[in-house]
Amino acid sequence: MPTLTIDGQEITVEANTTVLQACEELGIEIPRFCYHDRLSIAGNCRMCLVEMEKSPKPIASCAMPVGEGMVIRTNSPIAEKARKGAMEFLLINHPLDCPICDQGGECDLQDQAVAYGRGASRFDEHKRAVKDKYLGPLIATTMTRCIHCTRCVRFATEIAGVEELGATFRGEETEIGTYIEEALTSELSGNLVDVCPVGALTNQAYAFSARPWELRKTESIDVHDAVGCNIRIDCRGTEVMRILPRLHEDINEEWLSDRSRYAVDGLALQRLDQPYVRVDGKLKPASWDAAFAAIQARLDAIGRNEAGAVKGERIAAIAGDMADVEAMLALKELFTALGSPNLDCRQDGAKIGGKHRGGYLFNSTIAGIEDADALLLVGCNPRWEATLVNARIRKRWLAGGFPIGVIGGVAGAGVDLTYKYDYLGAGPATLAEIAGGNHHFAKLLAAAERPMIVVGSGALARDDGAVLMDLARRVAQDTGMISADWNGFNVLHRAASRVGGLDIGFLPGEAGRDVAGILDGAGKGEIDLVWLLGADEIDMAALGQAFVVYQGHHGDAGAHRADVILPGAAYTEKDATWVNTEGRAQIGRRAAFPPGEAREDWTILRAFSAVIGQPLPYDNLQQLRQHMVAEVPSLGAIDAVAAGDMGAFGVAGGVGTEPFESPVGDYYLANAICRASAVMAECSRLFTGVGRAGGATGTDG
Amino acid sequence: MLRDEDRIFTNLYGTLDWGLAGARKRGDWDGTKAILELGPDAIVDVIKASGLRGRGGAGFPTGLKWSFMPKESDGKPTYLVVNADEGEPGTCKDREMMRHDPHKLVEGCLIAGFAMRASAAYIYIRGEFHLEANHLEAAVAEAYDAGLIGPNACGSGYAFDVFVHRGAGAYICGEETALIESLEGKKGQPRLKPPFPAGVGVWGRPTTVNNVESIAVAPTIMRRGADWFAGLGRANNTGTKVFCISGHVEHPCNVEEEMSIPLRELIEKHAGGVRGGWDNLLAIIPGGSSVPMLPKSICDDVLMDFDSLRDVKSGLGTAAVIVMDKSTDLVRAIARLAKFYTHESCGQCTPCREGTGWMWRVMERLVRGEADVAEIDMLLEVSYQIEGHTICALGDAAAWPIQGLMRHFRPEVEARIMERKNKQPAAA
Repeated sequence: MPTLTIDGQEITVEANTTVLQACEELGIEIPRFCYHDRLSIAGNCRMCLVEMEKSPKPIASCAMPVGEGMVIRTNSPIAEKARKGAMEFLLINHPLDCPICDQGGECDLQDQAVAYGRGASRFDEHKRAVKDKYLGPLIATTMTRCIHCTRCVRFATEIAGVEELGATFRGEETEIGTYIEEALTSELSGNLVDVCPVGALTNQAYAFSARPWELRKTESIDVHDAVGCNIRIDCRGTEVMRILPRLHEDINEEWLSDRSRYAVDGLALQRLDQPYVRVDGKLKPASWDAAFAAIQARLDAIGRNEAGAVKGERIAAIAGDMADVEAMLALKELFTALGSPNLDCRQDGAKIGGKHRGGYLFNSTIAGIEDADALLLVGCNPRWEATLVNARIRKRWLAGGFPIGVIGGVAGAGVDLTYKYDYLGAGPATLAEIAGGNHHFAKLLAAAERPMIVVGSGALARDDGAVLMDLARRVAQDTGMISADWNGFNVLHRAASRVGGLDIGFLPGEAGRDVAGILDGAGKGEIDLVWLLGADEIDMAALGQAFVVYQGHHGDAGAHRADVILPGAAYTEKDATWVNTEGRAQIGRRAAFPPGEAREDWTILRAFSAVIGQPLPYDNLQQLRQHMVAEVPSLGAIDAVAAGDMGAFGVAGGVGTEPFESPVGDYYLANAICRASAVMAECSRLFTGVGRAGGATGTDG
Repeated sequence: MLRDEDRIFTNLYGTLDWGLAGARKRGDWDGTKAILELGPDAIVDVIKASGLRGRGGAGFPTGLKWSFMPKESDGKPTYLVVNADEGEPGTCKDREMMRHDPHKLVEGCLIAGFAMRASAAYIYIRGEFHLEANHLEAAVAEAYDAGLIGPNACGSGYAFDVFVHRGAGAYICGEETALIESLEGKKGQPRLKPPFPAGVGVWGRPTTVNNVESIAVAPTIMRRGADWFAGLGRANNTGTKVFCISGHVEHPCNVEEEMSIPLRELIEKHAGGVRGGWDNLLAIIPGGSSVPMLPKSICDDVLMDFDSLRDVKSGLGTAAVIVMDKSTDLVRAIARLAKFYTHESCGQCTPCREGTGWMWRVMERLVRGEADVAEIDMLLEVSYQIEGHTICALGDAAAWPIQGLMRHFRPEVEARIMERKNKQPAAA
């Protein structure tokens, strides 16, 4: 632990820290552009130069490791001259276009120019102009503003794992670009906007729409996947202008995937802003009272059983992928009160859930991936299913000594997951072989100290899912993945609602039907009413003649099929709880109000329960939360991860032969919000090639 | 003046056979095995005692540099890299050595590599040196065939490989860490130091980068002894040195001379004197384009070595003497150098990327006198803002020629500005 003196203050820090980090520990601010804590050190902006005694030149504090007895001065004339000089050089070719630059107000260069820049320029020559580059539909470029800090190059190479960005030419002609004019093929590309310290790379979708000081910032949680990324929602008035990542070391660090960031425009399109009731085959706008009355009429039409109650076995509810825990709990209790056991929150039909929480959680935790030393991916493509889990796997892989095996879930051995892996096989046979113990990867897992298995819905959402679950659990047990201080058994979820739904038991009750059973029953006329809580990813055609209530926020598949539409709130419009794939309960905050007549989802259910004379026992969110925590205590421990208990989950039996398919059809069109987003449609067209159903027509573009 | 028997590069002018047979006649590869038998530490001690300082420009003691390499092997390779990317304007010494005496370098690689316990040597040769690379490759092949290098170099039991790697002609690739990057197949951009190459070099392994001349003289020093080498020149500036004399002299040439020879004697003895006589001299750049120029008054009696040139705020650099007589437009000459550094800046770090172009543009205006006198001070300030603030020394190299010009010839620059001002019609 070397001791050094900075500006007269002595400090002892860990060896291998840099002078800049030591300065930060003392609260001394060192200006910088190229330095970024999560990227490799480039040392090229020269803004962080400080004076070091016995050194003839000022040193780059970001790159210089601390040494015993070093004497550093951060505000001496030498240091000040150095940084003033660097500032001047950065500005001579930087355009003075702050008034029309989207970075204005949150620009490192602008801020530091105020602190370290000269009042007026001495540069009398022509300024450099650089042609803008095409980096895809998400990133706007103004390359004349680029200060060549190479943060974007390092981010793309190191974190995103795509070596597509680089500097071409040299000297003052240096240009940052993709070498060839092609879009960056990364689902983390939006982060380039965040790492860029100037206005060279800005958010294309948000271009020229707001200034940072006009925005109301709300800290919330992302629901586009089950990672539970921490986000900041920036609104102006009632409109969500943009979404940014928020620091959470254990989940997303400071990154965000493109879908979570760029589907924002979808929040304003295709919205359900008033109730509808289907009359003569057509959806007609209606009042809340009329909508509730229509549902009640349908319930009455089903008839009553001998006890005079609704025939619960003839109604069913399915929760969608973005539903919050509060709404699911209210819906569950409403249906329980109506006597229905037909509940399911597993739209994809995954064979998970039950009393052993460890059987459906990502037990190792996302941050825990960094402690693991071997990994087996089964039936999942984390790059598309949980982008930031994938980024964490890559981070661990880059550190070395991390063999990764893959069974199915990807199209084949050549699929780029941003790290190297051993493609072991396509389907259940390979998993069975590993469970048998003789497979070379089984031995590798057994030899590792902290091995991990990650099972995705490609393996679980199939008929033999429960058997595969049993196999995966056996692999975990037999290779020593589960010990007192380590649990390497992981289920990777794709839906933000899933773990919360499983936690509150939004599952078929006694003799109840699961999703497949509900669809089957509806098709056969055994189910008369289906309540869809934002469920759009089921086969609507299979619902047959059933009366469908769609409660949700977007006019997607579910709303098209619905007989009654109850307009709900999107995730940016409600205070609600979601539980991520690790089992971490987090609270999202309302950033804007739902449009028109739309309401927060639990209130809709509470109101309907009163209409049918069976009011739910909570009148406000506090009461609902208290009730929720009383039912499921883990939901009260916000941002905490409790160890999931393990047990004998899964069932023994035979497995099929079909390979594990990737469950993600199109990353950019995975939910109703994305499908409403023009930006996501463009990304889909460019990157995943699936695009809109039916393909492009002659008038397209 | 250096006696003929003290010359190391006896075929500098290519009059003799450059191949192995010719080299052996001149004493190369003679008793190399016996030199190796002294052991690595003894060789390093001899080089240290000889006072040899790096011939690439900075003048760092060569023996000391070798001693930084790890003494205990961790089982993985370490490397000697020879910097043959000679690109400094005015410099053409390494080129002649490799063209006419490549075996001196190959033998030097073996001895130096052995002394620093390296597994192999990489000779990074400038792309434009086509014939030289051919000769060097042929010499390496000859040495392999004769068992002088390879799995059992000179029968010593020591395994040593030599590889010739051709660069692509970027000046910056002559900077040692940029050279390493380039050798690894990346874009030639200097690395941050620390870590220094002796700790983390080529492919992350300990590496020493030496100039061609520093390596090529090592075998002769070993054969003739440290005392012989140290007896030439002055204390701390010992040995012989190949000078490259170009510009306004009667006979531009490369010549091996004793270190610390007076500059005037060097030019008059070997280059036939300044064109039009010594009094026609205006200024001399004594060590390649990067070092500040000296006016005639200093050139009259300055000695050509590291310390005396440093004392007059210039440097020995690569010992490329660029002579400019009174017909020279010094401002234009320095503007041309400024353009060179603008062109060759790698663009990685801010002061050099932005500052070299700025300085060049101001220099171009000064050539025409289109500037204010105050801009000279601004130009100098910009040059000081670059100097010492960059990752590598290219920033310094770009700043120094301009500083040298202004230090000694500022009145001329100002006169040109005033002359132009006076020609302009007075404002109404």
